Amino acid sequence: MRQSRLLSILITAFLFLSAGCTAKSDSGKNITIWHWMTDREPAFRELAKRYEAKSGIKVNFELYAPSDAYSQKVRAAAQGSNLPDIFGILGEKRDFASFIKGGFILDLTPYMLEDKAKWKNSFFAKALAVDEFSAGNSYGVAPGIYGVPIDIMTIEMVYNKSLFKQLGLNPNQPPQTFERLLEIGRKLKAANLQGLVSGWGEIWMIDCLANNYAFNIMGKDKVIATIKGEVPYTDPGWVKVLSLFKDMQESGLLASGVVTMVNKTAEQLFANEKAVFAFNGSWCVNVYKGMNPRLEYGAFLPPKASNKYPMAIWGGAGSSFMASSRSKNKEEAIKFLRWLTEAPQQAYLAESTNNLPANKDSLNWIPPVMSDFAKAMDNATHPNVWGVSEFSPVIEALDKGIQSIIIGEKTPEQVAREVQRVKERELAKKR
Amino acid sequence: MKIKASLENYLFVLPAVTIFAIFYIIPFISVFQLSFYDWDGILPTKIFIGLSNFKEIIADKIWWQSLWQSGYITLIALTFQNAIAFLLAWACDREIRMKHFYRVIFFIPPVLSEVVVGLVWQWILNGNYGILNHWLAYFGFTNLTHNWLSDPNTALTTVAIVHCWKGFGWGFLLFLAGLQTIPRELYEAARVDGANAWNSFKNVTIPLMIPVVVLVGILTILGTMQVFVLIYTMTGGGPGYHTEVPVLRILASMRGSSRFGYACAQGITFGVILCMVSFAQYLINKKAKA
Repeated sequence: MRQSRLLSILITAFLFLSAGCTAKSDSGKNITIWHWMTDREPAFRELAKRYEAKSGIKVNFELYAPSDAYSQKVRAAAQGSNLPDIFGILGEKRDFASFIKGGFILDLTPYMLEDKAKWKNSFFAKALAVDEFSAGNSYGVAPGIYGVPIDIMTIEMVYNKSLFKQLGLNPNQPPQTFERLLEIGRKLKAANLQGLVSGWGEIWMIDCLANNYAFNIMGKDKVIATIKGEVPYTDPGWVKVLSLFKDMQESGLLASGVVTMVNKTAEQLFANEKAVFAFNGSWCVNVYKGMNPRLEYGAFLPPKASNKYPMAIWGGAGSSFMASSRSKNKEEAIKFLRWLTEAPQQAYLAESTNNLPANKDSLNWIPPVMSDFAKAMDNATHPNVWGVSEFSPVIEALDKGIQSIIIGEKTPEQVAREVQRVKERELAKKR
Repeated sequence: MKIKASLENYLFVLPAVTIFAIFYIIPFISVFQLSFYDWDGILPTKIFIGLSNFKEIIADKIWWQSLWQSGYITLIALTFQNAIAFLLAWACDREIRMKHFYRVIFFIPPVLSEVVVGLVWQWILNGNYGILNHWLAYFGFTNLTHNWLSDPNTALTTVAIVHCWKGFGWGFLLFLAGLQTIPRELYEAARVDGANAWNSFKNVTIPLMIPVVVLVGILTILGTMQVFVLIYTMTGGGPGYHTEVPVLRILASMRGSSRFGYACAQGITFGVILCMVSFAQYLINKKAKA
């Protein structure tokens, strides 16, 4: 009796251990992909099935959410040398660069350039640029393409057409100038309506709008020069950028509580027609559709505050996949990525997830509001394509400073001085 | 024989010691080691920078502001939260109706997820559609309606009060357990000696409850200084830096800035501060007992 019990324990232990050992197959016919995109999981699984039917290779999409947890998991896996065949990276360009310099990511340039660069040319150039490192980049990464964009995104403003009608405004004419935007803000205040909502409690979205206006007021070169430390944040151009937030607040354009608002709350408010404007990314099409399918809204570029330079918005690859340089299934992984980014698969992804496809040839099917977002790609830029990155403490000081301006605690000049102090401190550390 | 017996004993504690070493001691040593390095959490190479991270912490005004703010929340928790917990425990210890029901009700907030509590309170306190402002306006206190979490004058106190609401149940439970250990005969003897309710409370309850009060105090300090999830979900540390707390700063260094070395140094500094606070409280307690 005792012996049989011992035997059963040993068998259970053996099965348990062997199950653990075989979780990661080395057969070469399995590809493992880690991602964080909860909304795309069913579509990915369906595509995996189709690929297996076509090629006989099993693709395991493993979802790790939320994105914070995913981000930490990928870093930990890099340290433990257990990255999967394909994975995505969340974070800034400098994090991406560290993964490359650490030898974790495969250079895809030779594959992209095969067949007269057929694969490379199938993407929107601005989407691919996010995954590209140009010659002489400040990160010290060898020039090349290190990722495959799966979809694209742009971040701009959206407005509620029904509330526009209610205010006596033309629902097909969003504001084209900053002055007009402020005028509408004053109207909203008088009508006791909430104006602009956005996830400005999450910081990076404030950074995004501030950079949009910095490009519009000072031009790209001056913004880049600021990041390089050649132009101070106390420059009148930056003070003007910061003053725009003060103007927005004073006009009544900003919804109350916007400084601590998370984007999910902002999305709920806009979808439930409790706010006239939102500043959000193209992913919102899917979100709003889920929250209120009857919502009538349109997208538009943030209205220009200056005519000197064009308005730029953040855009490019929404999410990308990278191939592990240490994978035993490199070739299979690349074949799959190539297949995944072909027009039919991209169209399927766009149709089922309402995300803009990264493949230029698959834009035939998209709803009108998505095409508004797609058109904005012409104005798109992104910190990941600038070749230089601002220090994180400086970004934080700028964004927190803007929050302080909005709550009336500090003036734009004060914030500009504080940000410059942080910049100088970081530059001194670097020297 | 003796050696065999002691080896056997060691064998029994070995699994626990191994698990403790793997999950506590080794990570602690790694954190301590990393605090002397500049590392982004990705690259295999780490740059040794000596005490630079600690020097930077000394000059980091936002870090000290966050520490002060968590101290403020702790002060409110120590006084307001624990006073309420004590009073409710005292009330439930007496012969009141439905006392078992109250015990369950008071212990509901601590068992709820902090994320859920944060989000629900964010909704209650919302300046636009929050239920608190709605009721204030309904009862004619329109001048009190407020954007509680976005106003720098109220944000920190508001999150402190929500933290107290979430945490008073633990204190309540410990105080109640403490009160129930006081022999009833002491109260009867006091009553025979002519003591009224206040005298019994002052001369019997309070002196016998001091060890529990000290214990709850230490737990409140350690728990509140490390408050994080609630604030993260309610304000994210904003507006500006007005609700930043040390753990949020550590997270910002690690995740926002990819400065793992600096984040580890912040963690070590914070740990040392907490140890010092606990030790001070231990000394005070020892002195009080003497």
